[in-house]
Amino acid sequence: MTEERKQGKFKNPLSLQIKPDLFEQASEEEKAQQVTMRESVSFMKDAMRRLRKNHIAMISFWVIIIIALIAFIVPEFYPYTYTKQDVSAQNLFPMQYSAKEQAKIDKGQSVFPHIMGTDALGRDYAIRVIYGTRISLVVGIFSALIVVVIGIIYGSISGYFGGKVDMIMMRIVDIIYSLPDVLIVILLSVAIKDWVSGSKSELIARLGAGMVSIFVVFGLLYWVSMARQVRGQILSIKEQEYVLASKAIGASPARIIRKHMVPNCISVIIIIAAMQIPSAIFTESFLSFLGLGVSVPMPSLGSLASDARTGLRSYPYQLIFPALSIFLIVLSFNLLGNGLRDAFDPKLRS
Amino acid sequence: MSSKFVTYLIKRLLMALLTIFLVIAITFFVMHAIPASPFSSEKAKSDAVIAALEAKYGFDKPVPVQFVNYLWNILHGDFGLSTGWVGNTVMELIAGGFYYSARIGFTAGILALFFGIILGSVAALRRGRLLDKLIQVVTTALVAMPSFVMATILLLIFALQLSWFPSLGNQPGGLVLPIISLMLYPMAYVTRLQRSSMLDVLGQDYIRTARAKGVKNTKLIFKHALKNTLTPVITYAGPMMAYILTGSMVVENIFSVPGLGRLFTNSMLRTDYMMIMGVTIFLATMIILMNFLSDILYKIVDPRIDLS
Repeated sequence: MTEERKQGKFKNPLSLQIKPDLFEQASEEEKAQQVTMRESVSFMKDAMRRLRKNHIAMISFWVIIIIALIAFIVPEFYPYTYTKQDVSAQNLFPMQYSAKEQAKIDKGQSVFPHIMGTDALGRDYAIRVIYGTRISLVVGIFSALIVVVIGIIYGSISGYFGGKVDMIMMRIVDIIYSLPDVLIVILLSVAIKDWVSGSKSELIARLGAGMVSIFVVFGLLYWVSMARQVRGQILSIKEQEYVLASKAIGASPARIIRKHMVPNCISVIIIIAAMQIPSAIFTESFLSFLGLGVSVPMPSLGSLASDARTGLRSYPYQLIFPALSIFLIVLSFNLLGNGLRDAFDPKLRS
Repeated sequence: MSSKFVTYLIKRLLMALLTIFLVIAITFFVMHAIPASPFSSEKAKSDAVIAALEAKYGFDKPVPVQFVNYLWNILHGDFGLSTGWVGNTVMELIAGGFYYSARIGFTAGILALFFGIILGSVAALRRGRLLDKLIQVVTTALVAMPSFVMATILLLIFALQLSWFPSLGNQPGGLVLPIISLMLYPMAYVTRLQRSSMLDVLGQDYIRTARAKGVKNTKLIFKHALKNTLTPVITYAGPMMAYILTGSMVVENIFSVPGLGRLFTNSMLRTDYMMIMGVTIFLATMIILMNFLSDILYKIVDPRIDLS
């Protein structure tokens, strides 16, 4: 660069006179400045890198993947089903065979072992625990989805339009927030249970009162914290210049919310969704334990633990397996949730 | 008390009353949306008998009239007659059950706060050491354990295997295990809250100043630090109440304690709608009032918090 340009000694900054030295070949030094030292890191990539460094979160992630694979694949080729009763094989201990099965083995036939024993009706316990785990995962993930969808839509509308709309929408959120959620879930399950038993819809009958009411209640009540957080984010993003630019070009509010605002709230959304999953699993198992959950013979981890109470002294394994499964699932989701929070929002790190 | 505070107090009280009203409305209309009559499940009753029963319990009037009557009666402390336990009013049954639930719940809540604050502070003061790590691992595990799993495992180990405590709640010493199973989860939660808030306070300048002046460690922690760490714990008091009250539903069933939770699950079995409504409203009111109190206390303890 020439001395003249550095000092800004142009006669007239608006002059159209072309300076020939602007077309000089760049020196090696100047070229070196243009070389990108490393790839630019997007926010998502940066967060994922931080997450991968967090061993506890990664272990939890893989535990969840393994549990999910077992829960969704194993029942497809497992030799027992969760409904099949065998009167001669009641309350077998893990890896124990009934007299009938023992006779078969003695004859040289192979019998698949009851890895976790059988229950009081002679049903294989392992497959029941696996099915219960599947229910828990489905409830957790679908509830999180419901919360994400409603929370984002509600929160972004409230935050984007602001003013009176915002005030009314947030008052509603305040009121919903102060309702005692678990009591309302129980109340709705009681009511829905009655309605489900009379309903002819096969899907609803299969899901059971607890599942239906959990989804209804998550749709009605649980999205409020998500909506609050999304609104908070939107309020600050709204003031950014690129939103103004987008508005100036003539983009519709829906497009601005979808293209500019929601992607910028992604960390809040991921963190809250991850925290929602274990709480939904907790609620479902609690309802099933009270007898308001899935309908028989479908097992759930809560109903398995509840049924295990009758023979607790003699067959403690019937409690231990579902209890262990629910503990492992909730623990892994909690730890993964903490890892995600640390990775996506370093400011929140405690 | 400034006038700003009084305005806040009134606003917050009105909000709590509105929420209680909403809970009553939701409870009433959800229960009345159920098609079945509470008497239809019982055997060998003619239509005339059912009609007479419905007239006696006031179920024959139009629903809005019933709602207004119900509200009016609640204001006079009357939740109606129980249909599952014939001859009892709902209020009598609730009062009988509340005696046990309050004993368990109150003790569990106080113990959870007490041990949680101690454990959390100890963990923060021993940050990064073995004790801190141990406390963190145990609390992480406890937070992942639903109350019914906790209660059944405690029952299995301490009542059935070791026989240290009776397995039934109405025997002497029988309330120990229910209390422990209810307090562990909130205790773990309070521990974690207290740990992070203590770490936050210990890093502040005024603590360093006090230390530089030569304030002794015990005085520093109890007089300077501890007071300022308690605000997050106060905000947890409301949710803790909700956890303990709903948790007692399963715990009371597991240990056969004749409290409100067991009453509630039994009234579901007997399809006693008046009881279900009464207990739901009663428990919800307790939770809402606790939230109200903890909000107010929070503002009193920390006057810096903006009231608008």
